[in-house]
Amino acid sequence: MSAQVNTAHSHISDPGKSKLPLEYQTLQGQMNILGFWIFLGAEIVLFATLFGVFGVLGTRYAGGPQPSDIYMIKEVLIQTVLLLTSSFTCGLAITSMRQGSLKGLIGWMVVTLLLGAGFLVMEINEFAHYVHEGATMQTSAYLSSLFVLLGTHGLHVTLGIGWAILVIIQLLQRGLTPQTATKTFIIGLYWHFLDVIWIFIFTFVYLKGLVVG
Amino acid sequence: MTKKSGFPIGHVLGYLLSLLLTFAAAFVALKMDSLTSHVILWTIGALAVIQAALQLFMFMHVTEGEKHAQLINILYGVFMAAVIVAGTIWVMTSGMHYH
Repeated sequence: MSAQVNTAHSHISDPGKSKLPLEYQTLQGQMNILGFWIFLGAEIVLFATLFGVFGVLGTRYAGGPQPSDIYMIKEVLIQTVLLLTSSFTCGLAITSMRQGSLKGLIGWMVVTLLLGAGFLVMEINEFAHYVHEGATMQTSAYLSSLFVLLGTHGLHVTLGIGWAILVIIQLLQRGLTPQTATKTFIIGLYWHFLDVIWIFIFTFVYLKGLVVG
Repeated sequence: MTKKSGFPIGHVLGYLLSLLLTFAAAFVALKMDSLTSHVILWTIGALAVIQAALQLFMFMHVTEGEKHAQLINILYGVFMAAVIVAGTIWVMTSGMHYH
């Protein structure tokens, strides 16, 4: 597929090229997207190491709080729905972009970020609640690995929000071009990826903790 | 990938199925006391993998662009993840009967 768009500098005036979505119209765009998929492969492995650590240490309570003492499952379910919905609205943003609607794109991106911020606020409250209950990073191996896993995910969400804001600023300044479309598509991939990781945190940290712990 | 207009049925379907799988997992884990924890863990683990695969195809469009390279790369990442998680737990807990 790269061959057919190698010379895609004049993509906008060429009706033959307009079959491809904007973000795929330049070779640079295609390669950036492929490169980002490879980065996501590395991110999978990063989180795998943290899940491995949690799998080993997740039951070493050292006499401290156990999952059933501290987890607030209702809040966790709300967090899960917030992040899942934000992943959905992010998909709607990309759909709007492919329909050529800059307004729709930015509108859905803002909704996505608000939902993401809601998730983050709830996670910060959750951490504050744990510390208030005497469950800090230093309390036990279980809590160390818990805070590292959740914190790494939360940090990714935080960075994602900052990154998406920068992309939105570029969209406002430059409009929809092959370059801004590629950047938007890539932040979209990143955002979806964060929700995919959360599925496993929800399942193997919270639900498993309440079943086994 | 060339679809330009219309209702994003794939995304909506992916969202509804993801919600369903999330609440199904929560229900199995929290409400089905009659099952052994072993059965519960395998069930919710399977639901998680299904939901992740669903989102990979319906939200992330992994089959667009360089689809073979992307799919092989993600499958390789998932394989490495499985080796790392299972291998770490296996090595670090073997011979330790600490209960």
